[in-house]
Parts: sequence; structure tokens; C-alpha cells
Amino acid sequence: MIEVLATRWAYATFVVVMVAGLYMMIANANLVKKVIGLNLFQSAIFLFFIASAYVDGAKPAIVSPDGGGGPYVSPLPHVIVLTAIVVGVSLTAVALALIVRIHEEYGTVDESVLREVSDD
Amino acid sequence: MTDVVLPLLIAVPILAAVLPLLLSLKTTETGWYVAAATCLVEAGLAAVLVRAVYADGRLSHYVGDYAPPHGIELVGDGLSAPVVGLIAVVALGVVAYAYTAGPRRNSFYSAYLLLVGGLMGVSVTGDLFNMFVFLEITGLATYALVAADRSGESAVAALKYLILGTTGASLFLIGVGYAFIATGTLNMVDLSRQLAGAGGGAALYSSRVVLASFGFIVVGLGLKAAVFPLHTWQPDAYTYSPDTVTAFISALASTVAAYAIGRVVLTVYTLSFFEAAPLARAAVLAFASVSVLAGSALAVVQTEIKRMLAYSSVSQFGLVIAGFALATPDAVLGAVVHLVGHGLMKGGLFAATAILAARHGARTVDDYARLGYRSPVVAGVVGVLGVALVGVPPSIGFLGKWYIAVGAVRAEAWPVAVVVFLSTMLTLAYVARLLERLYFAPPEAASSAPSGADAVADGGEAPDSRAPEAVSAGMVAVVVLAALVVVALGFSTGVFETFLDPVLGGVFQ
Repeated sequence: MIEVLATRWAYATFVVVMVAGLYMMIANANLVKKVIGLNLFQSAIFLFFIASAYVDGAKPAIVSPDGGGGPYVSPLPHVIVLTAIVVGVSLTAVALALIVRIHEEYGTVDESVLREVSDD
Repeated sequence: MTDVVLPLLIAVPILAAVLPLLLSLKTTETGWYVAAATCLVEAGLAAVLVRAVYADGRLSHYVGDYAPPHGIELVGDGLSAPVVGLIAVVALGVVAYAYTAGPRRNSFYSAYLLLVGGLMGVSVTGDLFNMFVFLEITGLATYALVAADRSGESAVAALKYLILGTTGASLFLIGVGYAFIATGTLNMVDLSRQLAGAGGGAALYSSRVVLASFGFIVVGLGLKAAVFPLHTWQPDAYTYSPDTVTAFISALASTVAAYAIGRVVLTVYTLSFFEAAPLARAAVLAFASVSVLAGSALAVVQTEIKRMLAYSSVSQFGLVIAGFALATPDAVLGAVVHLVGHGLMKGGLFAATAILAARHGARTVDDYARLGYRSPVVAGVVGVLGVALVGVPPSIGFLGKWYIAVGAVRAEAWPVAVVVFLSTMLTLAYVARLLERLYFAPPEAASSAPSGADAVADGGEAPDSRAPEAVSAGMVAVVVLAALVVVALGFSTGVFETFLDPVLGGVFQ
């Protein structure tokens, strides 16, 4: 167990951050904090991808013209994470815009208050 | 050269989505024309694709000429072509419908075109990570569209949809990550080869990482497709979005997610995975069967029409996923037919009920009393589409259910066969209630209905927000056309078989 944590600490962090994000999304009544939880959840996944690409002692994948000189880190997960970050930022923007709308309409960003207000 | 159609299907709407926003610097309400023209082009491109796939089988395009597995591949085959056709037809129909029904703002049509592009992307991509990106494009556009009428309720529904939808897509991404770590590739065909042990090693099917990736992918996509118990975002999103949007996303958004499940199950994991891990198949079948029963049961107890139809979708997608998970030729054929059929039926039903709501302010089952005599054509459409949804021949609803049932019986999956039968009964329960109200409600019920509606209005809802609106002949024509197509496609088995034959032949050697 200790050995796994010592050698796979990046994956362990991924699990901890992901679960923290999920918990925040579920347990927090504040809509803005829910969105922050969502961001945390997504960031954990990015960490997971980056950790999977890590090779001990390897260089960035900028191959010299004559080739050789490896080992290199796998560039594909990095590209994927870059794309996923863009997707995540757009989602956060839409979510925050919606929260602004909700605040204008109901004057609250608290889920439990919102439920009471919209039930009337 | 027809393979250029594949990138164009995605690029045209996404590029055109910029135009309405640019135009709004000069004019308002020109977005509709851009959207209509783009949807016409899309329909043409889809027709070319469908024809080419029908004639030659699989089409594929390497983006930027980088060959897979390193490059990105776009694929048109028997599985994706019917879905592309459905998207093109529904997008065109809904645009025609939106001419009078609105919304007319330019920004609405930007989101609309973005959604079309995203949906097309999910259908034709041959790469798992690209599927995630297109799912998120679809999601982003859908969240914006759900909130398009700018009411508080729809913003809350959209935010709920956003949080759950993003969680689903993220779970899918984790699954993709696991699959990538296990195999080192993201191309679906290559992935399936690696999983089968093409590199000379043993098949990876029973590896824990692969099992976990399958679980994450199915749960993630199940959330997007609104399968019980992951459906909670969907009734609110359908109920509170503008009627035009409901018709569009009910016909396509979940459909494409269900297609993605079928694509991943059949192309990436394939039947051998199910044979190596029978528990995985049993779990998906159980998941789908519970969804069918729970969705129908929840639909039966609803009084609001839009909510009832939303829960009905939960059950119908359960059927589709059961078809894919049975993974016999009959069941897969049934699943694809039902996927296309459900899109047409649900889109048509939501559009038709929106017309009734616009004309008579009818939004609950009780409001429908004797509307069959006041709006005979539209009520007739609701009747025909409802009966088709139950699965009465001749209609595409019957075909899909029939093949899924036959597949279940041939695979000797008796519980699934029973579930298909029960779902028909339960669907009949809520559709019959609607028909009874439409045509056989006692006359006094009809006269008391308006006062009932007033009582509801006095209960706090703004009465003028649901006031009668304009209904054009074009809107009625669109729903009548939908009903005709649903009935006509009841005779289309041969066509679907020819499409799926190469796919099924490849999967079930």
C-alpha cells in the first residue's frame, strides 16, 4: 500500500482530487461552488492524462532531424489535455453565464433557496 | 472523392455558425436564412454520404492526410449513415418549423448550427477522443439552447443539464484515458485490434484497466443518453426549453449519445469482449431493462405532456441500448431502426404538441380534452405518432421494437424479451390516456377545461406567458410530414438491412 502510494502518487492524487470535486458538486448548495467542483473534477482528469504520459528521465517530444536521442515523453496525452482544457474553459463560461441569469431572476445562487423560490 | 463529404458535414455548419453573429452587427432576424441555407447544404451532403455508403459500404477520410492510427479518421458506414441522415432531416424540419415558431434571434441560430455540427461530428468520427470533443460541442450548444427563452426556470434546467452532462462527458474521458493507457491508441478500429491482442500478445479483454474503461465509457454516455437512473437532468431540460428546441434536442441530442454507445460497444469492444466478460453485457442489459420499465412507469404518472414525453424517451433509449448490448444481428438492426424511428417520432410529437400548446394553451393531459375535434389535423398527427411509439404496424416504431424483440428471443435473453413486451404495454398506457382525452373525453370535460386552466393560471403562473401564438401552415405541414415519414418507413426493413449488412457482417463473422 505504502509502496503504491510512493510510486504512483500522481494517480493517487488524481483519485483524491476527482472525488473531492465530485463531492463538492453534490454536497455544496452554492451553484458557483458546484461549478468550481466541476472544474476540480475535470482538472483531476487532466492530471491523470499527464501522469500517464510521464516517462522517467525522458525528454519532451522534440525530435532532432537526425532522429534518435530518446526516450521521449508521449506527446499525445499533452495535446489531448490542451484540447480538454479549452473545452473545460468554455463550459465554465457557459455555466457562469447561466448562474448570472439565475441570480438576476431569483436573486440567489443557493440551490436550497432556489428550490423554495421556484416552487411558489 | 466522396470522402470529402465527411469533413464538410462537420465544417460547414460550424463555420456557418459564425455568420449569424457577424450579421447581427448589421441586421437582426437574418439568422434564420443562414440556418435554413446551411441545413439545405447539410441535407445535400448527407444524401451524398448515404448514397455512397449504400452503394460502396464504408467511407473513410484521413484528416490532414495523416493516416490512422496516428492521424484522425472520419468514418461513414452503415451504422453512422442512418444517423447522419436523421440529423440532416430533423435539422431541416426544425428550421422550417422555427420560421414562425421562433426564436428569431441571430444568436439562437448560431447555437443551432453549432449543435448540428457537433452532432454530425459525433456520428462520423472514428476516434474516441474526437468523440469526446464533439460530444462537448453538442453539449455546449444544447445548454445554450435550453436556456434560449431567457426564463429563470430554463436557466436552472440548463445549469443542471450542464453539470450532469459535463460529469458524463468527463467520465467518458476517464474511460477513454484508461483505454488509451491499455492500448496506446485512440483510433476505434485500431483500438479494437489492440484489445483483441493484435500486437502478438494476449487479448486484453479481461484486463482490469479495460474493464474499468468500458464501465466509465458506458456510464458516461449513459448519462448523456439519459438512461435511468442517470436521466434526472432530462425531464427539466425538455420541459423548460422553448418548444422548437425541445423538438430538436429530443430528436437528436440523446439519440447521438445512444449511437455513441452502440458505436463503442460494436466497433471498439466488439462481441469478443462480451464473450470474455459476460458480466459486462449482463450489467448493460440490466441497466437498459430497468431504464425501460422505470422510464415508462414515470411517464404514466405525469400529467404535463412535455414531461410525459421526456420520461418516455428514458424508456425508449433503454430499448435501444438493450438492442446494442444484445449485439445479435437482429437486435442491432432493431436498435438502429428504433434510434432513427424514435428521433422522428419524438421530434414530431414534441413539435405537434407545441402547436396544440400554441393554439389552445394545452400543456397537460387534461387540457387535451376533445382537441381532436378542434384541431383535427394536428391531433391526428399526435395520434398517429403516439400509436407508432407504442409499436403498432405499419410504422417504424413497430419495426424497431420487433427486431429488438426477435433479437432478444433468438439470443434467449428472455428477461429482455419480457421487458420489450411490458414496455409496449406501458407505452400504450400513457399514449391511450392521451388519445382518450383527445377524442373520447365527455363534452362537459371540454367546457370545464378552460376554467381548469384559469385555476392553474391563478395559482401563480403568469397566464400570458403561455398565450396562444401564431401557428403557420408550414408548422402543421412539418408535423404532418413527420407522421407520413414514420408510417412510410414502416416498410423500410430492406433499406436498413442493406445499410447494416456490411457492418453486421464485419461484427458477426
